[in-house]
Amino acid sequence: MIDKNNKIAQNNDENIAMSDEQQTIQNITDQDYKYGFVTDIEMEEFPKGLDENIVIMISAKKNEPEFMTEWRLKAYRHWRKQKEPKWPKLEYSEVEYEDLYYYAAPKKDGPKSLDEVDPELLKTFDKLGVPLEERELLAGVAVDAVIDSVSVATTFKGKLGELGIIFCPISEAIREHPDLVKKYLGTVVPYTDNFYATLNSAVFSDGSFVYIPPGVRCPMELSSYFRINASKTGQFERTLIVADKGSYVSYLEGCTAPMRDENQLHAAVVELIALDDAEIKYSTVQNWYAGNKEGVGGIFNFVTKRGLCSGKNSKISWTQVETGSAITWKYPSCILKGDNSVGEFYSVALTNNYQQADTGTKMIHQGKNTRSLIISKGISAGKSNNAYRGLVKVNSKSENARNYSQCDSLLIGDQCGAHTYPYLEIENPTAQVEHEATTSKVSEDQIFYLNQRGISTEDAVGMIVSGYAREVFQQLPMEFAVEAQALMSVSLEGSVG
Amino acid sequence: MLSIKNLQVSVEEKPILKGLNLEVKPGEIHAIMGPNGSGKSTLAHVLSGREGYSVDAGSAQYKGLDLLDMAPEIRAREGMFLAFQYPIEIPGVNNTSFLKKALNEIRKHRGEEELDAIDFLSLIKKQMKLVEMKEELLKRPVNQGFSGGEKKRNEILQMAVLNPTLAILDETDSGLDIDALRIVAGGVNKLRSADNSFVVITHYQRLLDYIVPDFVHVLSNGQIIKSGTKELALELEERGYDWLLEEAESKA
Repeated sequence: MIDKNNKIAQNNDENIAMSDEQQTIQNITDQDYKYGFVTDIEMEEFPKGLDENIVIMISAKKNEPEFMTEWRLKAYRHWRKQKEPKWPKLEYSEVEYEDLYYYAAPKKDGPKSLDEVDPELLKTFDKLGVPLEERELLAGVAVDAVIDSVSVATTFKGKLGELGIIFCPISEAIREHPDLVKKYLGTVVPYTDNFYATLNSAVFSDGSFVYIPPGVRCPMELSSYFRINASKTGQFERTLIVADKGSYVSYLEGCTAPMRDENQLHAAVVELIALDDAEIKYSTVQNWYAGNKEGVGGIFNFVTKRGLCSGKNSKISWTQVETGSAITWKYPSCILKGDNSVGEFYSVALTNNYQQADTGTKMIHQGKNTRSLIISKGISAGKSNNAYRGLVKVNSKSENARNYSQCDSLLIGDQCGAHTYPYLEIENPTAQVEHEATTSKVSEDQIFYLNQRGISTEDAVGMIVSGYAREVFQQLPMEFAVEAQALMSVSLEGSVG
Repeated sequence: MLSIKNLQVSVEEKPILKGLNLEVKPGEIHAIMGPNGSGKSTLAHVLSGREGYSVDAGSAQYKGLDLLDMAPEIRAREGMFLAFQYPIEIPGVNNTSFLKKALNEIRKHRGEEELDAIDFLSLIKKQMKLVEMKEELLKRPVNQGFSGGEKKRNEILQMAVLNPTLAILDETDSGLDIDALRIVAGGVNKLRSADNSFVVITHYQRLLDYIVPDFVHVLSNGQIIKSGTKELALELEERGYDWLLEEAESKA
């Protein structure tokens, strides 16, 4: 799904202009650079924009080994030659990349306490039942001591360590387990992959690293939420999960409570690798700030997620519930390289007000007897636009590949849009590929029926939508599923009646 | 319980109910009969608060409250229940959890404690026997894949669980075979008490063999043109509606 045309180098004039500007920035930053590695740079003074020095400084700040710095620089140089893709069905104002901060956002005057936080946000916390101690953190209130989860995480770490499981920030993994990182980082999403992934490779802030040793079944759901609480990973998150032979892991990302972030642009990369007989289950609930009812503000979320079933009989399963962000651009995909490997994609994408989502998956069948399943449930309300974009590709050597895709769209109101773009590339005659698609509306009859049984319109819509998306919610771990259903009602508030 | 005075209702500026009067007291069963297009279903919908109807004149009081001013879910929580002529399917929503949610909304409204899953299940299992419904239907999505008869039984099951003070049955007998009709009517009879009332809307007299009404009203062209006791229904069965319509016309 990379727009190859856009990878052609920019015209020369622009390159020359860029290098002049780079030179100027470099001259300025060079001075800091001499001292920068040792002294703590105040975030306010960290310059805007991106050049090689910033990349080097990011790497140095994290005490990364040289291979990492080199890799980031290669990515940076490649990114300079790329243009933002224009093919998604998304409309948004240009992102000014030279106007962004790439190490950390400068300290702004955040709210000092919950009294200063938008009451609407607090109401939402109430409805979702977010524990009090987590509210400050989610609302972006500056808190020094970060809640109980730190100690919880430490307890977990000890238990996981006994099994040989590594679960830590990726910055730590780069320092402590460089061989593993070097072996796998960028093998599924190479730094040349696409505009956003390339940018992420150059400047990624932090993220999770998981390694499950051969034959180990991870005894608990691993959640990035615990770790994010301890240190903000910011806008360029990078996650790498490796399940060695015969192992199993289930990983949860995000949380249902709305998260505020000063950074408008998010460009995360997630890579999953499953070796022989291994299974990875990756669940996401994404509820970044979606902007207000008039469509002002909100996060631009450009995410590259891809899993490689490299070994035989391996399995990767993506489940996502996407309700947040002003813009969502995201295609969690599976490369089914190992024979008999299985890829699954379960998705609920909900858009309301002026939100836009262009999301789906790619299932690339390479090995023999590979199977994939796609269940996509789009929900559009308000004036939003929701597109499913998916590719099923069966390579010539992939004998007996099977795919089943079901793409449903649910419309609420008559001002929203639902679009489906299924692509098929079948190069092997033994393949069996099925595709089903439906579009439906939440009917007034259904709402009235539930009203007549004492259920409010808001709850009725929530129930109807949860029922519609049930197949996907069933894939989520129990507690998460309950929260995600509550989230449906809250996200659709005001969309009916 | 229910007091309707001079109710005039139109749909898209076309008058349907043209000055309807009805008094229902606690413990009473009223049957409303009438030919197709006389306004029977409109009456059921307006009383339960469905959108798309414009009340042009008149009033409807329920337990002393202004019924027409209440949101449909509030009417339901105040104990009003409509058994639908065409029960609606809600894909993916489990029949049991739907009904539990509905009951707990009503209990909350009354200031009662919500029932937990265990208490609710024992209640629903008890009430299922009333309508001889297969337990398997509880696990399915609401009305989805139900036969016509199963849908109607599911309506009566909901009524039995929600225990309304005023139940309106909108042509519950339509499309039922005689066995299903007997079961549905049996359910209603068991729920009957001195405190609750029923308004049974039907096209045919045969339902009234099983649910014996205290009063029978004939609705025609948006008005009740004749009221009587259960004998009126028998007379209608025998003679049809035409003589009544002619009688009404000659009066006008």
